[in-house]
Amino acid sequence: MANPATSAAAPARASKAPEAGELVATRRRRRYSLLTRPDKILIALMVGIPLALDILFIWGPTVASVLLSFTDWAGIGDVTPQNVVGLKNYTTLFTGYAFFWPAFQHNLIWLAFLSFIATPLGMFLAVLLDRELRGKRIYQSIFFLPVVLPLVVVGFIWTLQYAPSDGFINNAFGLVKSGNIIDWFGNPSINLYAVLFATSWRHIGYIMVLYLAGLKSVDPSLREAAKVDGATEVQTFFNVVLPVMAPINVIIVVVTAIEALRAFDLAFIINRGTNGLELLSILITNNSISEASLIGFGSAIAVVLLVISLVPIVLFLSRTMRSQA
Amino acid sequence: MSTISVAGRSLKARPLLPRRIRPARLALHAFLIAAVLLWLFPLLWAVYASLRPVSETIFNGYVSWPKTLNFDNYTTVWTQADLPYFYLNTLVIVVPAVILTLLLASMVAFCCTQFSWKFNLVVLMLFTAGNLLPPQVIIVPLYWIYLHTPIASFGSIDVGRFSFALFSDNGLLYNQYLGIILIHVVFQTGFATFVLSNYMKTITKEITESALVDGANVLRIWWSVILPLCRPALAAMATLLFTFIYNDFFWGLLLLKTGDRRPITSALNDLQGQFFTNNNLLAAGALLAAIPPIIIFIALQKHFVAGLTLGSTKG
Repeated sequence: MANPATSAAAPARASKAPEAGELVATRRRRRYSLLTRPDKILIALMVGIPLALDILFIWGPTVASVLLSFTDWAGIGDVTPQNVVGLKNYTTLFTGYAFFWPAFQHNLIWLAFLSFIATPLGMFLAVLLDRELRGKRIYQSIFFLPVVLPLVVVGFIWTLQYAPSDGFINNAFGLVKSGNIIDWFGNPSINLYAVLFATSWRHIGYIMVLYLAGLKSVDPSLREAAKVDGATEVQTFFNVVLPVMAPINVIIVVVTAIEALRAFDLAFIINRGTNGLELLSILITNNSISEASLIGFGSAIAVVLLVISLVPIVLFLSRTMRSQA
Repeated sequence: MSTISVAGRSLKARPLLPRRIRPARLALHAFLIAAVLLWLFPLLWAVYASLRPVSETIFNGYVSWPKTLNFDNYTTVWTQADLPYFYLNTLVIVVPAVILTLLLASMVAFCCTQFSWKFNLVVLMLFTAGNLLPPQVIIVPLYWIYLHTPIASFGSIDVGRFSFALFSDNGLLYNQYLGIILIHVVFQTGFATFVLSNYMKTITKEITESALVDGANVLRIWWSVILPLCRPALAAMATLLFTFIYNDFFWGLLLLKTGDRRPITSALNDLQGQFFTNNNLLAAGALLAAIPPIIIFIALQKHFVAGLTLGSTKG
């Protein structure tokens, strides 16, 4: 899930303590002299072991995915020069593979739906709750509750809503009685939106909590000043609060994008990502970890997903690390 | 909306008057209550369906008034779907994974924030970015590693039906508790390192320096000086990591074979179709699986939200 989000906070804090950074420079020499040789070895181990694991199990496989995407390796034996096929996997992917563009489009729709509907709704709830309000905590907890549920559970809960003849929606709107049953998860032209609705149930609460934390960090005197100047609440939000929140806004954008690219569980649980629910993430696993074992081809899809993911990742790193440097 | 701020000011001017309920406030509450009911509805509907006998819903339909409500569906799922076994699988995976993640991440965060060296920023970036990658990007080579890395077998510790292999009972990482714990640790360490380093940055380096002057070694400073200071952040992270790892579906699906070792989330999906022959059982199963994270959330909500927003507020 979207852990990255989490650290929404980094920039806000870093900007608060610029003096700390300046001190480092002057102190650097003294601190180094304090470390004994065994200390330095200990530090190397304390960083080195986790780093080795990170490289071995995450960055190594990432590079391997890129390299394998230029081969037709089937996963048996060694990769030999005969396996290298150049860009063939990519040309097949873009021109000959019927599921790629639909999956790509579904990821885009997923991103657009979260960006333009779910995320703004989460922000809206945060703005509504960012005030002295009776029962505020209860509201907040309920909106956040779906975020803690496993996606399998979310999928099952929404199955109970969407099921064709037993589901709540079709029964409550009389569609079962009148014989106009809508197969929400089964009809390929609407099932993506049905899934997005269920996803938003979680996503909105997540964004709300992140944004609420950001709103709390806004200097209250800014708002008071705007109020004194006669600005309405809506004006204050768009002209004063939103610009101050720029660092958090970037993180919200990044979280939304990464959630959209990672989407896997719900589509897989509903129908293994077929029949209108194809997603890049699912195509990767279906092609490479299955009887087909098209490792090179699956890797090419992984590289496409990687390249797209690098956009929000780099954005996130440049925003958070710049303030740390 | 504008009335809210105006009303707020007028209230300040007349502090002695009793607090009036303002129309805008009332509208806000009405909206929020409606939204909250909408939010809870799918969950409450699942609770309702899970409490009704199948026979009754077949006869009257799901959207009908209840005649009998009982916990029979829960007992059926609990006993016949082997649910306790899958809960324990999850527990065996989650507990070591959370502890190891916190240990490793706090080491890296400690070394990267308390000491300045050439590459500490690069290291932090590697960890952070690694956690942001979609797991599917690395799954193909990772799957191969899991099938081809030889792991020693030194027998196992057997407790009832459980067999905890030391370290692998098939000589591989695939389909082993060890393997699934490992990938959770590696993936979550990236995230935990980022959050903990944000927290540790607020601890003055003078603490570490004076401990060094007093002759403590680095490991000792990390364990008995810095970690106690990070208790709130560690509690928040433990809560979050528990939920993240509990909720995992993807790793359990791909790195564990169907059946015996899967955690409750992936196991629940395996039961779809064959065992969950009706929506009442499905609802009961889903809710049973949801109970641990919901309890954690309700009991430790403060930590949960703190973990998600660590750094943005003052801690």
